[in-house]
Order: sequence, then structure tokens, then C-alpha cells
Amino acid sequence: MKNNLGREIFEQSKPYIRSDAFEQEKRRLIAKKTTDESVVFLKSLSEAIDKAGLKDGMTISFHHHLRNGDLVINMVCDAIKKKNIRNITIAASSLFPNHSPLVEYIKDGTITGIVTNYINGPISKVIAEGYLKNPLIMDTHGGRARAIESGDLAIDVAFIATPAVDKDGNGTGKFGPSACGTLGYVIPDLLYAKKTVLVTDYLTDSIVEPELDYHYVDYVCTVEKIGDSEGIVSGTTKITRDPVGRKIARDTVKILESLDLIKEGFSMQTGAGGISLAVVEYVKRIMIQKEIKARFASGGITGQYVDMLEMGLVQNLYDVQCFDLKAARSYRENRHHIGISASKYGNPFEENIVVNDLDFVILGATEVDLDFNVNVTTDSLGTIIGGSGGHADTAHGAKVTIIVTNLLKARLPIIKEKVTCVTTPGEDIDIVVTERGIAINPKRTDLIEILSKTKLPIMPINELMNIAHNIAGIPKKLEINNRPVGYVRYRDGSVIDTLYSVK
Amino acid sequence: MHRSYLFIPGNNPAMLQNADIFGADAVIFDLEDAVSITEKDSARQLLKAYFETLSNPGFSIYVRINALTSSLGVIDISMVMNEIIEGIVLPKATVQDIKMLSKLLDTFESARRIKKKTVIIPIIETAKAVFEIGQIAQLPRVSALLLGAEDLTRDMEIERTKNGLEIQYPRAKIAFACKAFEIEAIDTPFTDVTDEEGLEADTLFAKSMGMNAKSAIHPNQLETINRLFTPTDAQITEALRVVKADKEAQKVHRGVFSLDGKMIDKPVVERAEKLLEKARHYGLLGDTDEK
Amino acid sequence: MKIGIAGSLESNDCLVTIKESKEFSIKVQSIVDVFYHDQIVELITSVLEDMNIKNVEVTLIDKGALNYTIKARLLTALHRMEANHA
Repeated sequence: MKNNLGREIFEQSKPYIRSDAFEQEKRRLIAKKTTDESVVFLKSLSEAIDKAGLKDGMTISFHHHLRNGDLVINMVCDAIKKKNIRNITIAASSLFPNHSPLVEYIKDGTITGIVTNYINGPISKVIAEGYLKNPLIMDTHGGRARAIESGDLAIDVAFIATPAVDKDGNGTGKFGPSACGTLGYVIPDLLYAKKTVLVTDYLTDSIVEPELDYHYVDYVCTVEKIGDSEGIVSGTTKITRDPVGRKIARDTVKILESLDLIKEGFSMQTGAGGISLAVVEYVKRIMIQKEIKARFASGGITGQYVDMLEMGLVQNLYDVQCFDLKAARSYRENRHHIGISASKYGNPFEENIVVNDLDFVILGATEVDLDFNVNVTTDSLGTIIGGSGGHADTAHGAKVTIIVTNLLKARLPIIKEKVTCVTTPGEDIDIVVTERGIAINPKRTDLIEILSKTKLPIMPINELMNIAHNIAGIPKKLEINNRPVGYVRYRDGSVIDTLYSVK
Repeated sequence: MHRSYLFIPGNNPAMLQNADIFGADAVIFDLEDAVSITEKDSARQLLKAYFETLSNPGFSIYVRINALTSSLGVIDISMVMNEIIEGIVLPKATVQDIKMLSKLLDTFESARRIKKKTVIIPIIETAKAVFEIGQIAQLPRVSALLLGAEDLTRDMEIERTKNGLEIQYPRAKIAFACKAFEIEAIDTPFTDVTDEEGLEADTLFAKSMGMNAKSAIHPNQLETINRLFTPTDAQITEALRVVKADKEAQKVHRGVFSLDGKMIDKPVVERAEKLLEKARHYGLLGDTDEK
Repeated sequence: MKIGIAGSLESNDCLVTIKESKEFSIKVQSIVDVFYHDQIVELITSVLEDMNIKNVEVTLIDKGALNYTIKARLLTALHRMEANHA
């Protein structure tokens, strides 16, 4: 069957209709679990797995705040394998290259399901090769919170890597040798998982204002080490020196200025890609020059935003994920650096979420199509190289959503007739900025009216595609007759696209 | 009229394919220092093939050939010579070499039926060239002089510094010669591509000495260079007022008049007109502005 | 044996090796192979046809080069092959 975007989806799944279709739906909530019993402290994961009653076919969850430095997912899976528990579904908010040991467990049937928001690394390859027994489900950050609270993603045991835990069983990301800052993505897991295990390498007497409240915690398990601090720092937090990226960033800032989006009390979010970081740098200069203060910046927070906070350019940071150690430090020390949960960030059913309060968001793309649909989930061959993360959430919430991307990567045009996979629907994408031209979604007549009066190279999106074709030639159409291996779930729980095996 | 001249290595496909988007008023495709001696043939072939794909490039195209003291320079021209090329940038220029190049260009232009006159931009990078500058600036085809401070200071056996005090004399001399013979004075590149503040200071200093363009060795330098050589809004507004007041004054046949208590005479008006011409060139004047 | 090599493995470039050979063959290995393989082979064939060159083995390792780059590298490799012989 096909959904409203014309994408083929699994039979009997809930088809994507529109990005605001959720407004017609009621919020579904399963009961929050609190434990009256005191938290039990354990010395090994093996014990934790036994006490939590983990059995064949269950779902276990993890977060990705330790990013590529996380050791907990591998440790837990090793312990599960030793106990010969099988048929496990991994619900991890993201998976990184350092989780490659899971490849073996997928192949041998220990792991048969994965629900995640982002995959980067070898795991995507075995999934593309068809080794994962059940369909891979890819959510958005806000959508994962919705899936958990509604019971669509029922978690049997949450294993929460926690940088510091106190004697009552409260947890925080602020301290400890693997301090990573906010723990926003794991709050839904904490509240709704049937059993919760905090996995830590640092015990302390007491924690003031813990992110993880002991009322929701069943067990604390101490291990030698939960993370490698070097891997915690994201690899993509450098401002691009690439002149093409700089050019795109400059034009983006001209757009922001023309639309009067950089003004007193504005709010913004940007990805951590090189072009986005350059945009922030240019915006920062304008703010200094014109003495403008932003109300807030949100999302994954980088050191760059910390500088702006400390310079008094931004009132508050709403942080769901610290991208570097500077952000983690600031989160610990600065009261205006505020941690938020995944739900408060982007769950469509939560009230007053941060993404809905954004004046603009700057996002990347691996492909954009003539309907402005954006793919950040796969490459042009269909191999999974990422996932929505907060892409679809912020694109829907922000008043203006801007995609920044090179028109050509290697030789490949980024603008396609149809994207290989829809991550974010075109109706939520307003402007696409490339080094050779800017396309505005025809439905945003308000933006077109203002921007067509500027000297910016505004053109229809098909013209942008033609420019790319003139330079690189028209790429041969890829025939997808491969078998489905998973699907992309929109933030409201509907299915927006299918993921396929790759030869 | 150019503000910026960007050097792009002639053998670098990744740079070539984006040469048109960096915002350089002119691009100098380099066959000299940026290309190793074993890759000259490769670079020529690449530039030739690249030029053949261009039509209406939206920026001026120059090629820096190898010095004419070796046979390389002549082969460079014979390979890349194309209607689309605005001019040849000649390293280690001397009066004699420029004359020789001019003759070569005569030959190629007629043989390839190239209708336009290809200009020459000599690089002033030897003490001798600085000495001959008055002559060089007057030679036919010479449309601009480019200061090459790295080689020049080497030739002079003096230290090249960031503040550039050692090149004040050649900078001034080039600026004066160019002004005298109505050609463009292009400043030497600023070689620390990560130092944006240094670039800004160096460009402002060169501009204050009378240079009217600057060469760049990295696209990221263009933003600063273009900005500093473009008239500011305040300057344009002021110039428009001066010209308007002058028109009023002329109606009543007054040569000298005052604006905001300052005396305005012919040189001031001329300066304003020149600034407006620049502003017009860069599309900074709206139709209504001049009324 | 006559052989000519040109280009590089930098991004947007390609490395062309051309050898004298009894059998005519073109081997292309490209990071955009799925999308541009046929166009690249066609380009190489037409350049060689224009120059009336038949007995060669062309190997191209492509890092996303545009057509004019591929053409230029191929021509340079050809000239180098001829020069080696001379």
C-alpha cells in the first residue's frame, strides 16, 4: 500500500497523512511506573539482568548521550549473549560505529529487532544485508518519546548509562569520569520502562537536582567504566573551512536577515554539521554588531552556543544533548543552560514543546526532492547512514525551516526527482540553500514575496536540479526491487517510508 | 573594475568546478607555482577542457602562465588560449618579457580568430620590475599591475612580515604608476589564510595606499576583500548628496559651494562621482537612489 | 610497453592508466558507478574514437570527476603514453 506521499509502505501499517494529522488524534499514555521499594545496588550486569527478569523476546532500551564513547550497550549485550537470552529488541535512541559488536548478535539471533532514531556505522550494513529478523524501525527524537509513552514501544528493561548515581539511586549526567551533560533522551525510558537499571561507574553521596529521579529506578549497577570521554565528543562540531560550505552559510544568513529573523528575542536551532556551525558563527557576528539578544537556542548544544550564552548573546539554552565537553561543563555550571526531555523537545502530543517555539531551524540533507521531501536516513543507494534525530520534529515546529546542502556531493546531485527515502515531509521544508541557488517551497508565498525582492539567487527547485544535471550529467535511475528491511516512522507514529535491503 | 582576484591551482578539479561560486570578481587559474613541474601538461589539459565548458562565466578569467624565461610559458599559452580568457598574468615580469608576450598574443589571437584583445597583468616581484614600473605600466595590453611580495622580498633579501612595512615602497610605487596610467593596482595576497583579522588590516592598509584590488589565495579571503573594496552605504549616501548638491549649485553657476559647512569643490565632486560609478558597477545603486 | 598515467585519487579527480594492448578494453571503478558508469565509458570511448586510438587498455579510478576532468586526464595519459614511446 501507499501513504499520502506516494511511498510504498508495509501492509496494515498506519499510513502517513500529513505532518499536522496528529492534531486530530488524542494523546495515549500508559501508566507511569514508580517503585515504592528502595533502589537495589548491584555489582554486575549479569545480576541486573536476572533481577530485572530479562527473558527471550523482550525489549531493552538505551540512550546515546555517550555517543561514540558509549560502552554500556555492548556490555549489556555481551552479558545477554552469555546467558543465551535470544530474540531481543534493542530500543536505543541512536547507534554509533562503536556498537559494531552488535553485528554478531544480529547475525546469531540474539538481537532480532532494533528501534532507533539514528544509525551510523557497521550495524546499518548488516541490516541492509537483511540479517535483522524483524523490520528496523526508525523514529524521530520526539516520536520516540511518543512511542514510549503510548506503549507503541513497550520497554521491558531500560539500561541507562548514568555518569553519576547517589546513594538513594538518583542519577545525573553532570558529574563523574564520563560526564556527558544532559540526559534528555532517556527520560521517557525512565518513566515508562517496566524495569529501570542505572549503569554507572561513579557513586557519590548525594546529587542536587538529579535528572533521573530514584522513584523510577529499580536497580543501580556499578561497572568499571561506562564511556570513553573522547568518543563522547561529536566528530562534526567544527565550523567548515570549505569555501563552498561557507558560501552556503553566507547566503543562509542573508536569507535570515532579509526575513528579519535575527531580531531581539529570537529563537533558533541548528544542526551540528559544518555549514550549520558556520551559519551560527555569522549569526553571532551580526548579533554582536547589532546588539541583538536571542531568547533561546535549542537542540543538541555545542561549545559554540555555550560561548554565546556566556557572552550574553543568548538568554537560555534548551539542551537535549550535549555535543561536546564544553557544553557538558556549561550544563553543569550555568543555570541558563537547561536540560529538557525528548518529550519536552519534540513529542507532538506534549504541550508547549520547544521545537514549536522556534523562529527558525537550519538542517542538513543527503537528498531533497522536487516536492521538498528530505532524506537524512539513507544515501542515494539506500544504505542507512543516519536518521531523523530531531530533523522531522524541528522542521514541523519551527516557523521557518531551512535546509543547507551542497548541490553536488562528489558528482551526485543532491536534488532528486524523488528522494530515496523520506525522513521529513516536504510540506515542512521551507527553503533549500545550495551553493548554486536557493529554492523556496511554493506554498510559502510569504517567504517568496520577501526574498524575491532581494538579490539572492531564488529559483524553482526543478531549475536547481537542472543546474546540477548540467554540471554532472543526469544520474541513472536506480531500480529498487530489493526487499523491505524496515521502515521510517513519522513523529506521530504513522509510517512515512520503507527501508530496503541494499545489494 | 575588479575588487578581488582569486588564485586557483590549475590542476585541482575540485577547485575548478566551484571557481564560479566563490564570489571572486576575477579568477587567476595558476599554471606556475601551484603546479609541480611534472604536472604542467596535466594542468594545461585540464584548464583547456574546463574553459571549453564555460559560457558566460560571470567572472573574469585570467591564467598565470609560467615565466617566459623558460619554454613552459609559451606552451602554456598555446594550450589554453581561448576567447573566454580575459588576460594573462605574467610572473617575473620585465619590460622585455611583456613585449614578447604581447607579440605572442598577437600571433595566437589572429591564428585562433580571437576577436578581443587579451590583456596582460604583469606581476611585480623583482627589484628590477619595481625599478621599471613607470615603463611597465605604459606598455600596451597592460591592464593592471599585481604586486608579488613574497618573491619580491626574496629578491631583495629582506624579511617578509605580517605588517608589511618592508613592502610600503613597492606598494606606493605600483599605486602611483597605476593611477598615473589609469590601470588597476592589485595588491599582493595575504598568505595566512586562517588569520581573518590580519587579512582585514592588510587589505585596509593596501587600500589606504591606493591599491584598488587584492589578490586572494583562498576563497575564504574573498568575503573580506570584496567588502573592503566595495563602497559602504554611508559612503554612497554621502556621495549622492554631494553630486545632488553640485547639480543644484551648477544651476546657479556656482563652482564652489558648501554642504554641512564644508567647502565642496570639483575634486570632491569627482571623487563622489567615482565612488558612485563603483557602486553602480556592483549593483548597489537602486533606480531611485540617483534621482 | 607503452604506458601513460595521469590524474590523482583526490576528490573530484580520477586516475587514468592507459596501456598499449592487443585487446581494446575500458575498466571503470567509480564512487558514483551506479549512477554514471555508462556515461563515463561512453565518454572514454568517444574520446578514443575521435583520436582513432584502438589498441589500448584504459583503467579509470574515479573519485567523482566531472566529464571535462575525465577527458583532460585521459588526454594527458594518452600524450604521456606517446611521449614514453618517443
